[in-house]
Formats: sequence, C-alpha cells, structure tokens
Amino acid sequence: MAGISRKQVWMIVAGAVLVSAFGWLLIGGLDKNVVFFLTPKELLAKGNSGYEVPVRLGGQVKPKSVQWDDKALDLRFVLTDGAGDVSVHAKGAPPQMFRDGMGVVVEGKYGRDGVFQSSSLMIKHSNEYRPPKAGEKPQEMYKTLIKGSGA
Amino acid sequence: MIGTLARDALLVSLAVITFGLLIGPIAIAKGRRDWIPLSYAAVYTNFLLVTIATVAMIVALVTHDFSVSYVAQVGSRATPLLYTVISLWGSLEGSILFWGWVLAMYGAAVVFINHRRPGDLVPYASTALLAVSLFFTILLVGPADPFKPVFPVPLDGPGPNPLLQNHILMAVHPPLLYLGYVGMAVPFAFAIGAMLSGEVEHDDWIRITRRWTLASWAFLSAAIIAGMWWSYEVLGWGGYWAWDPVENASFIPWLTATAFLHSAMVQERRKMLRLWNVNLVVGTFVLTILGTFLTRSGIISSVHAFTTGTIGYYFLAFIAVVLLVSLVFVAGNSLKLKTVGRFDSPASRETVFLLNNLFLTVFMFTVLIGTLFPLVAEAARGVKVSVGEPFFNKMTLPVMVTLLFLMGVGPALPWKSASPELVKQKLLPPFALAAVFGVIALLMGIRNVYGVLAFTFTGYALFANLREFYIGAAARRRAHGESWLMALVLLIGGNRRRYGGYVAHMGVFLVALGIAASSSLRTEQEATLEPGKSLTIAGRTITLRNVWGREEPQRSVIGATLDISTGGKVEPRMNFYPTSQQPVPTPEVRSYWSGDLYANLQAFQPQGKNATVKMIWEPLVPWIWLGGGVVVLGALIGIMPAVRRRDA
Repeated sequence: MAGISRKQVWMIVAGAVLVSAFGWLLIGGLDKNVVFFLTPKELLAKGNSGYEVPVRLGGQVKPKSVQWDDKALDLRFVLTDGAGDVSVHAKGAPPQMFRDGMGVVVEGKYGRDGVFQSSSLMIKHSNEYRPPKAGEKPQEMYKTLIKGSGA
Repeated sequence: MIGTLARDALLVSLAVITFGLLIGPIAIAKGRRDWIPLSYAAVYTNFLLVTIATVAMIVALVTHDFSVSYVAQVGSRATPLLYTVISLWGSLEGSILFWGWVLAMYGAAVVFINHRRPGDLVPYASTALLAVSLFFTILLVGPADPFKPVFPVPLDGPGPNPLLQNHILMAVHPPLLYLGYVGMAVPFAFAIGAMLSGEVEHDDWIRITRRWTLASWAFLSAAIIAGMWWSYEVLGWGGYWAWDPVENASFIPWLTATAFLHSAMVQERRKMLRLWNVNLVVGTFVLTILGTFLTRSGIISSVHAFTTGTIGYYFLAFIAVVLLVSLVFVAGNSLKLKTVGRFDSPASRETVFLLNNLFLTVFMFTVLIGTLFPLVAEAARGVKVSVGEPFFNKMTLPVMVTLLFLMGVGPALPWKSASPELVKQKLLPPFALAAVFGVIALLMGIRNVYGVLAFTFTGYALFANLREFYIGAAARRRAHGESWLMALVLLIGGNRRRYGGYVAHMGVFLVALGIAASSSLRTEQEATLEPGKSLTIAGRTITLRNVWGREEPQRSVIGATLDISTGGKVEPRMNFYPTSQQPVPTPEVRSYWSGDLYANLQAFQPQGKNATVKMIWEPLVPWIWLGGGVVVLGALIGIMPAVRRRDA
C-alpha cells in the first residue's frame, strides 16, 4: 500500500491532464457563450462594448411605440426601463395581446445603428396568479376579438 | 376536515418513520432478527399513511374543498375532472406530497420484493429509504404543507396554471418523472445498505440494484421524452429541447444512471469498477435531489419553478447530509471496494464500457456546470447571465456522436480480449452501413458536420447491433431448426438483459436520427393570411379556410382552420383561460413518416379578417417519440426476470 507504482503515477498524470484539458475547454466555451441579462440602462451604459454581443434585454414596452406591419411581419417597438430607451426590431408576429407597458425579454444583439435586432421575444409572466382586473378578463377580450366574426 | 385527517396521517407517519429508523439498526446491532419485521412494518405503515394523505388531497381537489390551502391555490370549479385530479402535481406542495407518496411506495415495494433475502442488506436499505422519507415528510408538515387550513373558505379558486391544463401529456410526463427520479433513491439505499452490512465486498447487491436502476431509468427516459413532447406540443415554438435548466435537471441524473447500467455489467463480469459504481449510484441520487432543488426552490424561473420560499434551504441541507454520509461510508469501505479483476486487453468490451462511462461523465459535468454557472455567477459577481444553447451544443455534440460510435463498438467486441483478426472482422463491416447513412444524410441536404456524423455513426452502430441479433438467431436456427421469428424471440427471451440493451440502443438510434434531421433541416414559413389565401412549405400548400371562436366551460378558444393540399387540415388555436393574462398557444401537429407539419396561430384580426400563422416543417421528429418508446421497450425486456425454460 505504501509505495505508489510507476503505473499509478502515469494514471494520475494522465487523469490530471484530461481533467485540466476538459476544464480548459469548458471555461473557454462558457466564456464565449454566456448571455448577459441587462436592462436598457445597463446596455446603454456599456457604450462600445455593448454592440454586437448576444444579450438578453428586459424591460417594458414603451407606450405608443409599437409598430407592427402584418404583411411584412415586421415588428418595431421601444423597450424601456424608465431610465433608458432602446429601439427593438423583430421579425415575426408579436405574441397575441402584445401591448403597451407589458414586460418583455428580447434576446439578440444591439447594432451600431442603435437598433436592437431581436432573434426571440418572450413575455415575462409572473408565476403567481393575481385575479384579473375589471376589463382585463380574457373572456371579455375574447368576446371583443371575435365580435362579428360570425363564428 | 379532510385536511386535518391528512395532516394527522402525516404527523403519525413522522413518528412511525422515527420508530423504523431506530428499530432497524438496533435489531441488527443486537442480532435480533425477530425485530426486523417491526422495521418492515414501519415501512408499510408509512406507505399506508402517506397514501391516506395523498388520497385525501385528491378527494379535497375533486370535491373542491377550498378550506385546504393547496386546493384554494390550484383548484377551480370550472376545471375538468381529469385536470383537477392531476393538479395534484401541478404546484409545489402537491408535487412534494406526490413525491413523498412515490418514495413511500418504492420503500414498500423494496421490502415486499426482497424481505425474504437473508442478511442485513435489505433491512439497512429499507432503513435508508425511511431516512429519505423522513426528509420529505418533514417538508410536508413544515415548509411545503399542502393542508394548511384556509379561513374564510373561498367560494372558488384560480385553477391550475393554464400551461399545465392545456395538454393531456401533463397527466403522463410528471408521474413518469417522479417514478424515475424518486426511483433512483432505491439504488442509493442499496448502496448504503451494502456498505453498512459489509455486503459491498460481494457483487450481489449490484445485481439487485441494477434491476431497480433499470426500472427507474426506463421511467426517467420515458419522462424526458414525454417532457420533450409536451414542450413541442404545447409551447408553440416548434422545438423540443432548449437546454433549459429544468430539462437539464432531468437529464443529468439520466446520464449517470445510464453510465451505471453499463459499468455494473463490468463489475458483474469482471469484478472491476466497484468503487466507481458506488459513486455513480450515490451521485445519481444526489443529482436527482439537486435537480429537485433547482426546480422546486424557485432559484431559476420556468414553468416548473413555482414559488420562492424557505424550501430551498431544506434541500441544500439535505444534499449536504447525503454527501457527507455517503463520503464517510465510501471512505470507510474503500478497502472492500478494491478492484479484484484487471484489464486484459484494450481490445475488449470492458474498455468500451470504460470509454462510455468516461464520455457520459464528461457529458454530465458539462451539462451540470452549464446549468449551475448562472447561479454561481449571480452569487459571486452579482451579474445575471444565462448560458446559451451554443455552449451546450458546441460542448456536447462531439460527445454525443462519439457515444453513438461506441454503441457500435461495444456490442461487437467480446469480453476480456479480442485477437486483431476478430477486431478487424467485427469492426470493419459496419463501416459499409455508416457510409450509406452518411450519403443519405448528404442527399437529404444535411450539411453540418455533427448532423452528418450522427447519421454516419448511427449507421455504424445500427449495423453492429443488428448483427448481434442476426448472429444469435442464426445460431439458434442451426441448433434448433427454428424459424427466423421464433429464433429471434427465443434469443431475446433467453438473454433478456443483453438483447434488451440492444433493443434500447435501437431506440436511441431513432432518437439520434430524429434530432439530427430536425435540427439540421427544419424550415419555417410565417405569413398573415386572409381566408382563401395560402402559403407553401415543404412541397405542401396550406390554405386558410377561416378563423373561428368557441366557448368551452373552462376557457375560450380562437382557432384557425387550414387545409393541407395533400389532404387533411390543421387547426392551431389559442386558449384563453380566465386566470391568465396571456392566451396559451395550442399548436397542432400533423405527423407523417418523413416529419411533422407544425402549425401555430401567432395572431389574428378581431373580425376574423386574417390570421398570422407559422408553419414549420420538422423532419423526422416523430422518430424521436417512436425511439423513446423503443428505448422503454428495451428496458422492459431487460427488467423482466429470466424465465426458466426446459431447454435452458
């Protein structure tokens, strides 16, 4: 038990080399693929280093900023956290009932033209339920939505 | 009333568990075998009491007894009966209750099946399971009490999370996951039992453990596939895997359990890897608790993370205790866990199993570190980050294709050692099918390296595994003059573990092809259509017929009917639940052998004037679900006890 054989030394060395190579690969991979969660204010504060890197940007849809072209499937709006505004551009339809003041998270890159190109758009919902306020009940919205559709 | 009854049952079970935890070790220490049945009785009684609590909860849910806190939280008079029953696991407290019930059931099953076995292994193992039960019962009478009285009693409740009542797979995925996840406690209990009883020197405990692991593994495999399917059918993004922390939490212990199923064979055959196997068993259990911690403590946000509370600290403390106890036991038994056998040759099946374990472990650590990194970054540097899919794909795809290749090499090589001629004869021919599959991948239009490699290595491994069936069946035909079908059935029946394993491999190949094709060749079309207008995808013309609305008791539905030029229609919908601010997308999928046509309703105009739909062509995705079924079939073949036959 006392002495360590040559073979065991080799095995320990080989193991150490393997583990460090694996660790080095992992750290390198993490370094390049970490996506930061930022608010518009934090993104703007990054200055030059904020451009063209993958970011998740969270904030509210600025009231009256939504422009949606349903023919070209082109969506533009301004995301705000109260302290900073960032223009966002996304392709594809917005989630149903995408509306002013709603909390959203967009993933994408901030371009040097000052427009955030979003590759995915998520609605922030809270996991806790709260009772809907008057006029906010989905069924009521639903009724206005299908009114006159003849269905 | 019923809440009080259930709570009393849980409090009594706390006492029963404590009694069982004391009487088992005392009986063994004093050599009083006649006291062991008392310890077993504690296990059965605990199962009975937790069953009473669980049934009470279901009754409370079904009768809309809103004086029970959990019912007030997830119940609603408008929810259909099925979804009312399954909301048992729809939120934190109920899911912990269900968890505790599954655990108690496993404890009772372990005692029922093994109580005649002589020695101290089973008494210790059942005591270890009781110790785990103690933790969950403490949660149930403490931070995750589902039976808190509510006053004044509300008239109605909000109903379950809309996402969780929108698809039938919610009745399937969670119970399978619990059966798989909680089932990993059984191998852990046997490992602890083996170390305490000194039986760890013999490999019999591995034989018992392997079957329990295989059963849990089958449930976990089915649960992961069902979870992918649920995400695909419900979330409307057309994907099935996003390296979300919750998906990872279910996948990480699956990797170590898979490693154990293979390395256990090396221990049985060659008396090696004993220490490693104990570590895999303990590690798998700890990873299931860690996964529960991640998904139940609210430190990550997802559909699975319900609420923030103190429960996370309980889990962290439990993980620390389990790690500490296991470490002490493993260190104390290190001499008994020494390897007896040795490697004869690198050209042998055990070498491939060793590589399989190495790659599965690397895979596990990669996913684990990628999953935990955001937590560490936030705790250490106060930054909120997420680790993107590119990290996981870049790091794990090479490992996945290597494992596919090894699945062809392992079954082809014999134990101990193979001569160079045999190696050549076994390993070269499969390259023929590998080449064919590689060409098929290129012809299909797959251009990314890992997509082509996945096809190529699947071809390689498919050949090698099929050949094992062929060689075995051909030998039977020669020896017994049986028909091919008969020979194949008897071959599998006569060596269920081995051929069950190969059948499971076949399932993995189907899954691999499905993932490789769908992630390389997926196409999508999104358009705003007026009725009568169409779009084209994957050679099919999709025409909008109309947009319609419908009232259902628990929800309102808006849908679009789209006709497919090759026949049939799809009706993607949006479901509006009273408690949700957002509609729940309800895509519809039309499956063909070559892939899925996936339709999602993105938006619509009030008067049904137009609808924005997203159509996705998802090549070979149905093969993933089929493959999952084949994997489970293989596991079932491997679990069934060998039937004694006259000609054996």
